[in-house]
Amino acid sequence: MSETMTAPETLDFERGEIMEMSMGPHHPSTHGVFRMDVRLEGERVVRLKPVFGYLHRNHEKIAENGAYLSAIPYTDRLDYLCSMTNNWGYVLAVEKLAGIAVPERAEYLRVIVAELTRFQNHAGLVGFMLQDMGASGTPLMYAFREREKVLDLFESLTGARMMCNYMRFGGLRVDASAVWLDEVRDLVGRLPRFVDEFENLLRANEILMARTQNVGVLSRELAVNAGVTGPMLRASGVNYDIRKVDKYGVYDRFSFRVPMGEHGDTYDRYMMRILEMRETVKILEQALRDIPGGPVIDPKVRLRGLRPKAGEAYGRIESPKGELGFFLISDGTGNPYRYRVRPPSMINLTVLEDMCLGENIADTVIILGSVDIVLGEVDR
Amino acid sequence: MLPPVEEIKTQIEAAIPGATVTVISNGSPSAQHSLLLDHAHARAVAEFLRDHAEWRLDFCSLMTGVDWPDTETSEKIKVKKLVKAADGSESEQEVDEVRKTKVPGRLEAVYHLFSMEKKHGPVILRMRTADRGEGTHLPSLTPVWRSAEFQEREAFDLYGIVFDGHPDLRRILMWDGFVDYPMRKDYVPPPDDAVLPEVHS
Repeated sequence: MSETMTAPETLDFERGEIMEMSMGPHHPSTHGVFRMDVRLEGERVVRLKPVFGYLHRNHEKIAENGAYLSAIPYTDRLDYLCSMTNNWGYVLAVEKLAGIAVPERAEYLRVIVAELTRFQNHAGLVGFMLQDMGASGTPLMYAFREREKVLDLFESLTGARMMCNYMRFGGLRVDASAVWLDEVRDLVGRLPRFVDEFENLLRANEILMARTQNVGVLSRELAVNAGVTGPMLRASGVNYDIRKVDKYGVYDRFSFRVPMGEHGDTYDRYMMRILEMRETVKILEQALRDIPGGPVIDPKVRLRGLRPKAGEAYGRIESPKGELGFFLISDGTGNPYRYRVRPPSMINLTVLEDMCLGENIADTVIILGSVDIVLGEVDR
Repeated sequence: MLPPVEEIKTQIEAAIPGATVTVISNGSPSAQHSLLLDHAHARAVAEFLRDHAEWRLDFCSLMTGVDWPDTETSEKIKVKKLVKAADGSESEQEVDEVRKTKVPGRLEAVYHLFSMEKKHGPVILRMRTADRGEGTHLPSLTPVWRSAEFQEREAFDLYGIVFDGHPDLRRILMWDGFVDYPMRKDYVPPPDDAVLPEVHS
Protein backbone atom coordinates (compact mmCIF):
# COMPACT_ATOMS: atom_id res chain seq x y z
CA MET A 1 0.00 0.00 0.00
CA SER A 2 1.21 3.48 -0.68
CA GLU A 3 1.90 5.65 2.27
CA THR A 4 -0.92 7.97 1.26
CA MET A 5 -3.33 5.43 2.72
CA THR A 6 -2.06 5.82 6.27
CA ALA A 7 -4.24 8.76 7.06
CA PRO A 8 -4.11 8.94 10.88
CA GLU A 9 -0.37 9.59 10.93
CA THR A 10 -0.67 12.68 8.75
CA LEU A 11 -3.81 14.15 10.28
CA ASP A 12 -2.16 15.52 13.34
CA PHE A 13 -5.03 17.47 14.83
CA GLU A 14 -3.23 18.31 18.05
CA ARG A 15 -0.44 20.16 16.33
CA GLY A 16 -2.79 21.26 13.59
CA GLU A 17 0.03 21.90 11.18
CA ILE A 18 0.24 19.34 8.42
CA MET A 19 -2.89 18.62 6.46
CA GLU A 20 -3.20 16.05 3.74
CA MET A 21 -5.45 16.82 0.81
CA SER A 22 -6.41 14.92 -2.27
CA MET A 23 -6.75 17.27 -5.23
CA GLY A 24 -8.77 15.30 -7.73
CA PRO A 25 -9.40 12.94 -9.41
CA HIS A 26 -12.56 14.94 -10.07
CA HIS A 27 -11.11 18.39 -9.70
CA PRO A 28 -12.00 20.72 -12.58
CA SER A 29 -8.44 22.05 -12.84
CA THR A 30 -7.02 18.65 -13.72
CA HIS A 31 -8.84 18.50 -17.09
CA GLY A 32 -9.51 14.83 -16.70
CA VAL A 33 -9.03 12.28 -13.99
CA PHE A 34 -5.78 13.14 -12.27
CA ARG A 35 -5.02 13.34 -8.59
CA MET A 36 -2.45 15.21 -6.58
CA ASP A 37 -1.77 13.97 -3.06
CA VAL A 38 -0.82 17.20 -1.37
CA ARG A 39 0.49 17.81 2.13
CA LEU A 40 0.01 21.34 3.34
CA GLU A 41 1.48 23.42 6.08
CA GLY A 42 -1.05 26.18 6.26
CA GLU A 43 -1.47 27.02 2.61
CA ARG A 44 2.06 26.05 1.66
CA VAL A 45 2.73 22.78 -0.19
CA VAL A 46 5.30 20.59 1.55
CA ARG A 47 4.76 17.43 -0.45
CA LEU A 48 2.96 16.60 -3.66
CA LYS A 49 2.68 13.24 -5.36
CA PRO A 50 0.89 12.97 -8.71
CA VAL A 51 -1.35 9.90 -8.97
CA PHE A 52 -2.67 8.79 -12.34
CA GLY A 53 -3.69 5.71 -14.30
CA TYR A 54 -7.45 6.22 -14.06
CA LEU A 55 -7.67 6.26 -17.86
CA HIS A 56 -5.21 3.40 -18.37
CA ARG A 57 -6.29 1.02 -21.11
CA ASN A 58 -2.89 -0.47 -21.99
CA HIS A 59 -2.66 1.17 -25.38
CA GLU A 60 0.72 -0.50 -25.92
CA LYS A 61 -0.64 -4.00 -25.49
CA ILE A 62 -3.56 -3.26 -27.81
CA ALA A 63 -1.13 -2.07 -30.48
CA GLU A 64 1.12 -5.10 -30.02
CA ASN A 65 -1.83 -7.39 -30.64
CA GLY A 66 -2.81 -5.75 -33.93
CA ALA A 67 -1.20 -5.10 -37.28
CA TYR A 68 1.05 -2.07 -37.78
CA LEU A 69 -1.70 -0.26 -39.64
CA SER A 70 -4.35 -0.83 -37.00
CA ALA A 71 -2.43 1.14 -34.38
CA ILE A 72 -2.84 4.45 -36.24
CA PRO A 73 -6.44 5.16 -35.13
CA TYR A 74 -5.43 4.31 -31.56
CA THR A 75 -2.68 6.91 -31.60
CA ASP A 76 -5.39 9.52 -32.23
CA ARG A 77 -6.68 8.79 -28.76
CA LEU A 78 -3.39 9.34 -26.96
CA ASP A 79 -3.33 13.11 -26.85
CA TYR A 80 -6.83 13.58 -28.14
CA LEU A 81 -6.33 17.29 -28.82
CA CYS A 82 -3.46 16.62 -31.22
CA SER A 83 -4.27 13.53 -33.24
CA MET A 84 -2.29 14.72 -36.26
CA THR A 85 1.03 14.91 -34.44
CA ASN A 86 0.40 11.56 -32.77
CA ASN A 87 -0.14 9.99 -36.19
CA TRP A 88 3.05 11.57 -37.43
CA GLY A 89 5.16 10.30 -34.55
CA TYR A 90 3.98 6.76 -35.11
CA VAL A 91 4.27 6.67 -38.90
CA LEU A 92 7.72 8.25 -38.63
CA ALA A 93 8.87 5.42 -36.38
CA VAL A 94 7.44 2.79 -38.74
CA GLU A 95 9.06 4.53 -41.71
CA LYS A 96 12.39 4.38 -39.91
CA LEU A 97 11.86 0.74 -39.03
CA ALA A 98 10.96 -0.34 -42.54
CA GLY A 99 12.96 2.22 -44.52
CA ILE A 100 10.01 3.88 -46.28
CA ALA A 101 10.39 7.18 -48.15
CA VAL A 102 7.66 9.83 -48.20
CA PRO A 103 6.65 11.94 -51.25
CA GLU A 104 7.37 15.63 -51.00
CA ARG A 105 3.78 16.85 -51.15
CA ALA A 106 2.92 14.56 -48.25
CA GLU A 107 5.79 16.00 -46.21
CA TYR A 108 4.48 19.52 -46.76
CA LEU A 109 0.92 18.55 -45.93
CA ARG A 110 2.17 16.85 -42.77
CA VAL A 111 3.87 20.07 -41.73
CA ILE A 112 0.70 22.06 -42.44
CA VAL A 113 -1.62 19.85 -40.43
CA ALA A 114 0.92 19.44 -37.60
CA GLU A 115 1.42 23.18 -37.27
CA LEU A 116 -2.33 23.80 -37.33
CA THR A 117 -2.55 21.24 -34.54
CA ARG A 118 0.15 23.01 -32.59
CA PHE A 119 -1.65 26.29 -33.00
CA GLN A 120 -4.98 25.06 -31.71
CA ASN A 121 -3.32 23.16 -28.86
CA HIS A 122 -1.41 26.21 -27.64
CA ALA A 123 -4.46 28.45 -28.02
CA GLY A 124 -6.55 26.00 -26.04
CA LEU A 125 -3.91 25.59 -23.37
CA VAL A 126 -3.56 29.32 -22.80
CA GLY A 127 -7.33 29.61 -22.63
CA PHE A 128 -7.58 26.85 -20.03
CA MET A 129 -4.68 28.24 -18.03
CA LEU A 130 -6.26 31.67 -17.81
CA GLN A 131 -9.54 30.02 -16.93
CA ASP A 132 -7.79 28.22 -14.04
CA MET A 133 -6.52 31.58 -12.88
CA GLY A 134 -10.03 32.92 -12.62
CA ALA A 135 -10.43 34.68 -15.94
CA SER A 136 -13.66 32.80 -16.47
CA GLY A 137 -14.91 32.30 -19.95
CA THR A 138 -13.57 35.05 -22.16
CA PRO A 139 -10.01 33.85 -22.93
CA LEU A 140 -11.16 30.26 -23.29
CA MET A 141 -13.94 31.23 -25.66
CA TYR A 142 -11.55 33.34 -27.73
CA ALA A 143 -9.25 30.31 -28.00
CA PHE A 144 -12.04 27.92 -28.83
CA ARG A 145 -13.45 30.23 -31.48
CA GLU A 146 -10.13 29.89 -33.32
CA ARG A 147 -9.78 26.20 -32.52
CA GLU A 148 -13.16 25.53 -34.11
CA LYS A 149 -11.94 27.01 -37.38
CA VAL A 150 -8.96 24.63 -37.39
CA LEU A 151 -11.16 21.67 -36.51
CA ASP A 152 -13.54 22.58 -39.34
CA LEU A 153 -10.59 22.43 -41.72
CA PHE A 154 -9.59 19.03 -40.34
CA GLU A 155 -13.14 17.83 -40.77
CA SER A 156 -13.31 18.80 -44.42
CA LEU A 157 -9.89 17.22 -45.04
CA THR A 158 -10.17 13.95 -43.11
CA GLY A 159 -13.82 13.56 -42.18
CA ALA A 160 -13.17 13.86 -38.46
CA ARG A 161 -12.66 16.86 -36.23
CA MET A 162 -10.50 15.34 -33.54
CA MET A 163 -9.80 11.68 -34.35
CA CYS A 164 -8.32 12.43 -37.75
CA ASN A 165 -6.54 9.13 -38.54
CA TYR A 166 -4.90 10.95 -41.44
CA MET A 167 -1.36 9.69 -41.92
CA ARG A 168 -0.14 6.43 -43.38
CA PHE A 169 3.27 4.83 -43.76
CA GLY A 170 4.84 6.50 -46.76
CA GLY A 171 2.39 9.36 -46.99
CA LEU A 172 -1.17 10.38 -46.27
CA ARG A 173 -4.61 8.84 -46.58
CA VAL A 174 -6.12 11.49 -48.87
CA ASP A 175 -4.81 14.47 -50.78
CA ALA A 176 -5.83 18.02 -49.98
CA SER A 177 -7.76 19.87 -52.65
CA ALA A 178 -6.77 23.29 -53.97
CA VAL A 179 -9.93 24.68 -52.38
CA TRP A 180 -8.92 23.33 -49.00
CA LEU A 181 -5.46 24.84 -49.30
CA ASP A 182 -7.04 28.19 -50.15
CA GLU A 183 -9.21 27.92 -47.05
CA VAL A 184 -6.11 27.28 -44.95
CA ARG A 185 -4.36 30.26 -46.56
CA ASP A 186 -7.36 32.38 -45.73
CA LEU A 187 -7.33 31.26 -42.10
CA VAL A 188 -3.56 31.61 -41.71
CA GLY A 189 -3.79 35.17 -43.04
CA ARG A 190 -6.12 36.02 -40.16
CA LEU A 191 -4.21 34.19 -37.42
CA PRO A 192 -1.59 36.89 -36.62
CA ARG A 193 -4.36 39.30 -35.73
CA PHE A 194 -5.87 36.72 -33.43
CA VAL A 195 -2.53 36.13 -31.68
CA ASP A 196 -2.11 39.86 -31.14
CA GLU A 197 -5.57 40.13 -29.68
CA PHE A 198 -5.08 37.05 -27.55
CA GLU A 199 -1.75 38.27 -26.23
CA ASN A 200 -2.94 41.78 -25.49
CA LEU A 201 -5.95 40.43 -23.68
CA LEU A 202 -4.06 39.60 -20.50
CA ARG A 203 -0.30 39.70 -21.09
CA ALA A 204 0.36 42.73 -18.95
CA ASN A 205 -2.49 42.10 -16.56
CA GLU A 206 -1.42 42.82 -13.00
CA ILE A 207 -3.19 39.85 -11.47
CA LEU A 208 -1.79 37.47 -14.05
CA MET A 209 1.74 38.72 -13.47
CA ALA A 210 1.39 38.56 -9.70
CA ARG A 211 0.16 35.02 -9.81
CA THR A 212 2.58 33.62 -12.39
CA GLN A 213 5.88 35.47 -12.18
CA ASN A 214 8.39 33.67 -9.95
CA VAL A 215 5.83 30.97 -9.31
CA GLY A 216 6.68 27.36 -10.04
CA VAL A 217 10.25 28.02 -11.09
CA LEU A 218 11.94 25.14 -12.90
CA SER A 219 15.70 25.37 -13.10
CA ARG A 220 17.54 24.63 -16.30
CA GLU A 221 19.61 21.79 -14.83
CA LEU A 222 16.63 19.99 -13.35
CA ALA A 223 14.63 20.40 -16.55
CA VAL A 224 17.37 18.72 -18.60
CA ASN A 225 18.01 15.95 -16.09
CA ALA A 226 14.33 15.18 -15.64
CA GLY A 227 13.80 14.87 -19.38
CA VAL A 228 11.34 17.75 -19.61
CA THR A 229 10.69 18.60 -23.26
CA GLY A 230 8.68 20.99 -25.37
CA PRO A 231 7.70 24.56 -24.52
CA MET A 232 8.18 23.79 -20.83
CA LEU A 233 11.86 22.99 -21.37
CA ARG A 234 12.43 26.03 -23.55
CA ALA A 235 10.78 28.25 -20.94
CA SER A 236 13.67 27.24 -18.68
CA GLY A 237 16.13 28.52 -21.26
CA VAL A 238 17.26 25.33 -23.00
CA ASN A 239 17.44 25.58 -26.78
CA TYR A 240 16.13 22.19 -27.78
CA ASP A 241 13.48 21.82 -30.43
CA ILE A 242 13.38 18.50 -32.28
CA ARG A 243 12.16 20.27 -35.41
CA LYS A 244 15.58 21.98 -35.44
CA VAL A 245 17.67 19.14 -33.97
CA ASP A 246 16.45 16.16 -36.00
CA LYS A 247 15.12 18.16 -38.97
CA TYR A 248 12.57 15.43 -39.62
CA GLY A 249 10.24 15.84 -42.57
CA VAL A 250 11.01 19.07 -44.40
CA TYR A 251 11.49 21.31 -41.37
CA ASP A 252 15.00 22.27 -42.50
CA ARG A 253 13.43 24.25 -45.38
CA PHE A 254 11.57 26.74 -43.22
CA SER A 255 13.02 29.65 -41.37
CA PHE A 256 11.63 30.04 -37.89
CA ARG A 257 12.97 30.89 -34.45
CA VAL A 258 12.90 28.79 -31.30
CA PRO A 259 11.56 31.08 -28.56
CA MET A 260 13.18 30.68 -25.17
CA GLY A 261 12.38 31.85 -21.67
CA GLU A 262 14.75 33.10 -19.00
CA HIS A 263 13.20 32.36 -15.65
CA GLY A 264 11.45 29.05 -16.09
CA ASP A 265 8.42 30.28 -14.15
CA THR A 266 4.76 29.91 -15.00
CA TYR A 267 4.71 33.27 -16.79
CA ASP A 268 7.49 32.14 -19.12
CA ARG A 269 5.67 28.92 -19.86
CA TYR A 270 2.55 30.95 -20.69
CA MET A 271 4.47 33.36 -22.94
CA MET A 272 6.25 30.47 -24.64
CA ARG A 273 2.94 29.26 -26.04
CA ILE A 274 2.07 32.69 -27.41
CA LEU A 275 5.49 33.05 -29.03
CA GLU A 276 5.36 29.58 -30.51
CA MET A 277 1.98 30.36 -32.04
CA ARG A 278 3.63 33.22 -33.92
CA GLU A 279 6.42 30.94 -35.20
CA THR A 280 3.83 28.37 -36.21
CA VAL A 281 2.10 30.96 -38.35
CA LYS A 282 5.45 31.70 -40.03
CA ILE A 283 6.00 28.00 -40.82
CA LEU A 284 2.46 27.69 -42.14
CA GLU A 285 2.89 30.67 -44.46
CA GLN A 286 6.10 29.20 -45.92
CA ALA A 287 4.69 25.69 -46.28
CA LEU A 288 1.54 26.97 -48.00
CA ARG A 289 3.68 29.05 -50.35
CA ASP A 290 6.06 26.23 -51.32
CA ILE A 291 3.83 23.16 -51.37
CA PRO A 292 4.56 21.16 -54.55
CA GLY A 293 2.22 18.96 -56.55
CA GLY A 294 2.48 15.22 -56.95
CA PRO A 295 1.26 12.13 -55.15
CA VAL A 296 0.72 12.04 -51.38
CA ILE A 297 1.53 8.37 -50.89
CA ASP A 298 3.91 5.90 -52.45
CA PRO A 299 1.56 3.29 -53.99
CA LYS A 300 4.16 0.55 -53.58
CA VAL A 301 4.12 0.71 -49.79
CA ARG A 302 2.19 -2.20 -48.34
CA LEU A 303 -0.11 -0.76 -45.73
CA ARG A 304 -2.11 -3.81 -44.74
CA GLY A 305 0.47 -6.53 -44.90
CA LEU A 306 3.45 -4.53 -43.70
CA ARG A 307 6.13 -6.87 -42.32
CA PRO A 308 9.31 -4.97 -41.52
CA LYS A 309 12.58 -6.86 -41.20
CA ALA A 310 13.48 -7.90 -37.68
CA GLY A 311 15.05 -4.97 -35.85
CA GLU A 312 14.07 -1.90 -33.92
CA ALA A 313 13.67 1.84 -34.40
CA TYR A 314 12.96 4.92 -32.33
CA GLY A 315 11.23 7.79 -34.11
CA ARG A 316 10.42 11.08 -32.41
CA ILE A 317 8.81 14.38 -33.27
CA GLU A 318 8.24 17.70 -31.58
CA SER A 319 4.60 17.45 -30.60
CA PRO A 320 2.88 20.50 -29.06
CA LYS A 321 3.53 19.00 -25.62
CA GLY A 322 7.14 17.96 -26.10
CA GLU A 323 9.08 15.04 -27.47
CA LEU A 324 6.64 12.41 -28.65
CA GLY A 325 8.49 9.22 -29.52
CA PHE A 326 7.57 5.74 -30.60
CA PHE A 327 9.89 2.79 -30.01
CA LEU A 328 9.16 -0.27 -32.10
CA ILE A 329 10.72 -3.73 -32.16
CA SER A 330 9.87 -5.94 -35.10
CA ASP A 331 10.33 -9.70 -35.10
CA GLY A 332 9.55 -9.99 -38.80
CA THR A 333 5.84 -10.66 -38.35
CA GLY A 334 2.86 -8.48 -39.19
CA ASN A 335 2.42 -6.93 -35.76
CA PRO A 336 4.97 -5.06 -33.64
CA TYR A 337 6.74 -7.21 -31.05
CA ARG A 338 7.22 -4.19 -28.83
CA TYR A 339 5.39 -0.90 -29.20
CA ARG A 340 6.22 1.85 -26.79
CA VAL A 341 5.03 5.45 -26.62
CA ARG A 342 7.22 8.08 -25.04
CA PRO A 343 4.50 10.30 -23.63
CA PRO A 344 5.79 13.86 -23.21
CA SER A 345 3.15 15.02 -20.78
CA MET A 346 3.70 12.10 -18.40
CA ILE A 347 7.45 12.67 -18.25
CA ASN A 348 6.93 16.42 -17.83
CA LEU A 349 4.95 15.60 -14.68
CA THR A 350 8.14 14.24 -13.07
CA VAL A 351 9.04 17.75 -11.93
CA LEU A 352 5.55 18.76 -10.79
CA GLU A 353 6.46 18.25 -7.14
CA ASP A 354 9.70 20.22 -7.49
CA MET A 355 7.84 23.15 -9.02
CA CYS A 356 5.05 23.17 -6.44
CA LEU A 357 7.06 22.82 -3.22
CA GLY A 358 6.79 25.96 -1.14
CA GLU A 359 4.05 27.47 -3.28
CA ASN A 360 0.47 28.17 -2.28
CA ILE A 361 -2.08 25.46 -2.82
CA ALA A 362 -3.98 27.75 -5.20
CA ASP A 363 -0.90 28.09 -7.38
CA THR A 364 -0.52 24.35 -7.92
CA VAL A 365 -3.57 24.58 -10.16
CA ILE A 366 -1.89 27.12 -12.43
CA ILE A 367 1.44 25.29 -12.36
CA LEU A 368 -0.28 22.09 -13.41
CA GLY A 369 -2.08 24.04 -16.12
CA SER A 370 1.23 25.35 -17.45
CA VAL A 371 2.63 21.81 -17.77
CA ASP A 372 -0.03 21.05 -20.39
CA ILE A 373 -1.13 17.49 -19.77
CA VAL A 374 -3.74 15.41 -21.53
CA LEU A 375 -4.71 12.36 -19.54
CA GLY A 376 -5.29 10.21 -22.59
CA GLU A 377 -1.56 10.39 -23.13
CA VAL A 378 -0.42 10.30 -19.50
CA ASP A 379 -2.36 7.14 -18.69
CA ARG A 380 -2.38 5.46 -22.09
CA MET B 1 29.30 14.10 -33.34
CA LEU B 2 28.97 10.70 -31.77
CA PRO B 3 31.43 8.00 -32.83
CA PRO B 4 30.15 4.55 -33.91
CA VAL B 5 28.98 2.23 -31.12
CA GLU B 6 32.13 0.09 -31.25
CA GLU B 7 34.20 3.19 -30.42
CA ILE B 8 31.85 4.07 -27.54
CA LYS B 9 32.24 0.53 -26.24
CA THR B 10 36.05 0.70 -26.29
CA GLN B 11 36.06 4.06 -24.54
CA ILE B 12 33.71 2.81 -21.82
CA GLU B 13 35.78 -0.30 -21.23
CA ALA B 14 38.96 1.77 -21.09
CA ALA B 15 37.48 4.26 -18.60
CA ILE B 16 35.73 1.81 -16.28
CA PRO B 17 37.85 -1.18 -15.40
CA GLY B 18 35.88 -4.41 -15.20
CA ALA B 19 32.91 -3.22 -17.20
CA THR B 20 31.80 -5.54 -19.95
CA VAL B 21 29.88 -3.95 -22.79
CA THR B 22 28.46 -5.93 -25.69
CA VAL B 23 27.33 -4.35 -28.94
CA ILE B 24 23.91 -5.56 -30.07
CA SER B 25 23.42 -4.84 -33.73
CA ASN B 26 20.09 -3.90 -35.18
CA GLY B 27 19.06 -5.28 -38.55
CA SER B 28 16.49 -2.64 -39.48
CA PRO B 29 17.25 0.30 -41.81
CA SER B 30 17.27 2.62 -38.79
CA ALA B 31 20.67 1.12 -37.83
CA GLN B 32 20.26 2.12 -34.20
CA HIS B 33 22.63 -0.32 -32.52
CA SER B 34 22.68 -0.69 -28.76
CA LEU B 35 25.07 -1.48 -25.93
CA LEU B 36 24.39 -4.23 -23.41
CA LEU B 37 25.69 -3.41 -19.92
CA ASP B 38 26.51 -5.64 -16.99
CA HIS B 39 24.61 -4.93 -13.77
CA ALA B 40 27.56 -4.21 -11.53
CA HIS B 41 28.94 -1.35 -13.61
CA ALA B 42 25.75 0.04 -15.15
CA ARG B 43 25.58 3.06 -12.81
CA ALA B 44 29.23 3.90 -13.40
CA VAL B 45 28.82 3.59 -17.18
CA ALA B 46 25.71 5.79 -17.08
CA GLU B 47 27.53 8.48 -15.10
CA PHE B 48 30.50 8.25 -17.45
CA LEU B 49 28.25 8.78 -20.48
CA ARG B 50 26.38 11.66 -18.84
CA ASP B 51 29.56 13.49 -17.82
CA HIS B 52 31.69 12.70 -20.87
CA ALA B 53 33.15 16.00 -22.09
CA GLU B 54 32.46 15.41 -25.79
CA TRP B 55 29.30 13.34 -25.75
CA ARG B 56 27.43 14.90 -22.78
CA LEU B 57 24.51 12.49 -22.91
CA ASP B 58 22.54 14.55 -20.40
CA PHE B 59 19.05 13.58 -21.58
CA CYS B 60 17.56 10.12 -21.10
CA SER B 61 14.60 10.36 -23.39
CA LEU B 62 13.00 6.96 -23.31
CA MET B 63 13.19 4.11 -20.84
CA THR B 64 11.17 0.98 -21.36
CA GLY B 65 10.95 -2.73 -20.66
CA VAL B 66 10.81 -5.57 -23.15
CA ASP B 67 9.72 -9.12 -22.41
CA TRP B 68 11.42 -12.10 -24.01
CA PRO B 69 9.64 -15.24 -22.80
CA ASP B 70 11.17 -18.71 -22.57
CA THR B 71 11.57 -20.21 -26.00
CA GLU B 72 12.00 -23.80 -27.01
CA THR B 73 13.88 -24.64 -30.17
CA SER B 74 13.79 -28.11 -31.55
CA GLU B 75 16.25 -29.43 -34.10
CA LYS B 76 16.56 -32.78 -35.80
CA ILE B 77 19.91 -34.42 -35.38
CA LYS B 78 21.25 -37.74 -36.53
CA VAL B 79 22.43 -40.05 -33.79
CA LYS B 80 24.23 -43.36 -34.16
CA LYS B 81 22.46 -46.03 -32.20
CA LEU B 82 22.48 -49.80 -31.82
CA VAL B 83 19.31 -50.99 -33.43
CA LYS B 84 17.91 -54.44 -32.89
CA ALA B 85 16.72 -56.00 -36.09
CA ALA B 86 13.82 -58.41 -36.25
CA ASP B 87 16.07 -61.46 -36.23
CA GLY B 88 17.75 -60.38 -33.01
CA SER B 89 21.06 -59.17 -34.44
CA GLU B 90 22.29 -55.73 -33.43
CA SER B 91 23.75 -53.23 -35.85
CA GLU B 92 24.76 -49.57 -35.64
CA GLN B 93 22.51 -47.27 -37.63
CA GLU B 94 21.87 -43.57 -37.99
CA VAL B 95 18.58 -42.58 -36.43
CA ASP B 96 16.82 -39.19 -36.47
CA GLU B 97 16.22 -37.70 -33.08
CA VAL B 98 14.55 -34.48 -32.07
CA ARG B 99 16.52 -32.54 -29.53
CA LYS B 100 14.79 -29.72 -27.69
CA THR B 101 16.78 -26.90 -26.22
CA LYS B 102 15.13 -24.51 -23.85
CA VAL B 103 16.31 -20.92 -23.99
CA PRO B 104 15.39 -19.24 -20.70
CA GLY B 105 13.49 -15.98 -21.03
CA ARG B 106 14.50 -12.61 -19.67
CA LEU B 107 13.29 -9.09 -19.21
CA GLU B 108 15.14 -6.24 -20.78
CA ALA B 109 15.37 -2.56 -19.92
CA VAL B 110 16.16 -0.17 -22.77
CA TYR B 111 17.36 3.42 -22.35
CA HIS B 112 17.60 5.93 -25.19
CA LEU B 113 20.09 8.69 -24.48
CA PHE B 114 20.42 12.01 -26.27
CA SER B 115 22.42 15.13 -25.65
CA MET B 116 20.61 18.43 -25.26
CA GLU B 117 23.88 20.31 -25.12
CA LYS B 118 25.57 18.74 -28.14
CA LYS B 119 22.30 17.90 -29.93
CA HIS B 120 23.09 14.37 -30.95
CA GLY B 121 21.98 10.86 -30.22
CA PRO B 122 20.67 8.32 -29.68
CA VAL B 123 22.95 6.05 -27.70
CA ILE B 124 20.94 3.01 -26.65
CA LEU B 125 21.71 1.11 -23.46
CA ARG B 126 20.25 -2.25 -22.53
CA MET B 127 20.26 -4.34 -19.40
CA ARG B 128 18.94 -7.86 -19.06
CA THR B 129 17.58 -9.66 -16.04
CA ALA B 130 18.73 -13.15 -15.15
CA ASP B 131 15.29 -14.67 -15.72
CA ARG B 132 11.60 -13.83 -15.59
CA GLY B 133 10.83 -15.30 -12.17
CA GLU B 134 12.85 -14.46 -9.09
CA GLY B 135 15.86 -12.73 -10.60
CA THR B 136 14.19 -9.68 -12.14
CA HIS B 137 16.44 -7.15 -10.42
CA LEU B 138 18.26 -4.42 -12.30
CA PRO B 139 20.15 -1.38 -11.04
CA SER B 140 18.09 1.80 -11.31
CA LEU B 141 19.44 4.66 -13.42
CA THR B 142 17.04 7.21 -11.88
CA PRO B 143 19.84 8.64 -9.68
CA VAL B 144 21.68 9.49 -12.90
CA TRP B 145 18.71 10.72 -14.99
CA ARG B 146 15.57 11.80 -13.16
CA SER B 147 13.58 11.31 -16.37
CA ALA B 148 13.72 7.56 -15.77
CA GLU B 149 11.80 7.95 -12.49
CA PHE B 150 8.25 7.49 -13.80
CA GLN B 151 9.30 5.28 -16.68
CA GLU B 152 11.13 2.80 -14.42
CA ARG B 153 8.06 2.76 -12.22
CA GLU B 154 6.05 1.92 -15.30
CA ALA B 155 8.42 -0.91 -16.26
CA PHE B 156 8.10 -2.20 -12.68
CA ASP B 157 4.34 -1.92 -12.86
CA LEU B 158 3.77 -3.51 -16.26
CA TYR B 159 6.76 -5.87 -16.58
CA GLY B 160 7.80 -6.60 -13.02
CA ILE B 161 11.39 -5.41 -13.32
CA VAL B 162 12.60 -4.43 -9.85
CA PHE B 163 14.94 -1.45 -10.00
CA ASP B 164 17.34 -1.46 -7.06
CA GLY B 165 18.14 2.04 -5.92
CA HIS B 166 14.96 3.65 -7.25
CA PRO B 167 13.76 6.27 -4.75
CA ASP B 168 10.03 5.54 -5.00
CA LEU B 169 9.31 2.21 -6.68
CA ARG B 170 5.53 1.80 -6.64
CA ARG B 171 2.94 0.82 -9.22
CA ILE B 172 2.10 3.82 -11.36
CA LEU B 173 -0.66 2.99 -13.86
CA MET B 174 -2.23 -0.06 -12.23
CA TRP B 175 -3.43 0.21 -8.65
CA ASP B 176 -1.46 -0.98 -5.65
CA GLY B 177 -3.50 -4.12 -5.01
CA PHE B 178 -2.99 -5.46 -8.52
CA VAL B 179 -0.87 -8.59 -8.70
CA ASP B 180 0.14 -9.51 -12.27
CA TYR B 181 2.27 -7.75 -14.92
CA PRO B 182 0.00 -6.92 -17.87
CA MET B 183 2.63 -6.17 -20.51
CA ARG B 184 4.28 -9.58 -20.27
CA LYS B 185 3.68 -11.73 -23.29
CA ASP B 186 2.17 -14.59 -21.29
CA TYR B 187 -0.24 -12.41 -19.31
CA VAL B 188 -3.76 -13.76 -19.24
CA PRO B 189 -6.37 -11.10 -18.48
CA PRO B 190 -8.93 -12.03 -15.83
CA PRO B 191 -12.41 -13.00 -17.04
CA ASP B 192 -14.85 -10.14 -17.44
CA ASP B 193 -16.86 -11.08 -14.35
CA ALA B 194 -13.82 -11.57 -12.10
CA VAL B 195 -13.72 -9.64 -8.85
CA LEU B 196 -10.49 -7.68 -8.98
CA PRO B 197 -8.64 -6.66 -5.85
CA GLU B 198 -9.92 -3.35 -4.55
CA VAL B 199 -7.99 -0.13 -4.68
CA HIS B 200 -8.68 0.53 -1.00
CA SER B 201 -8.23 -2.95 0.39
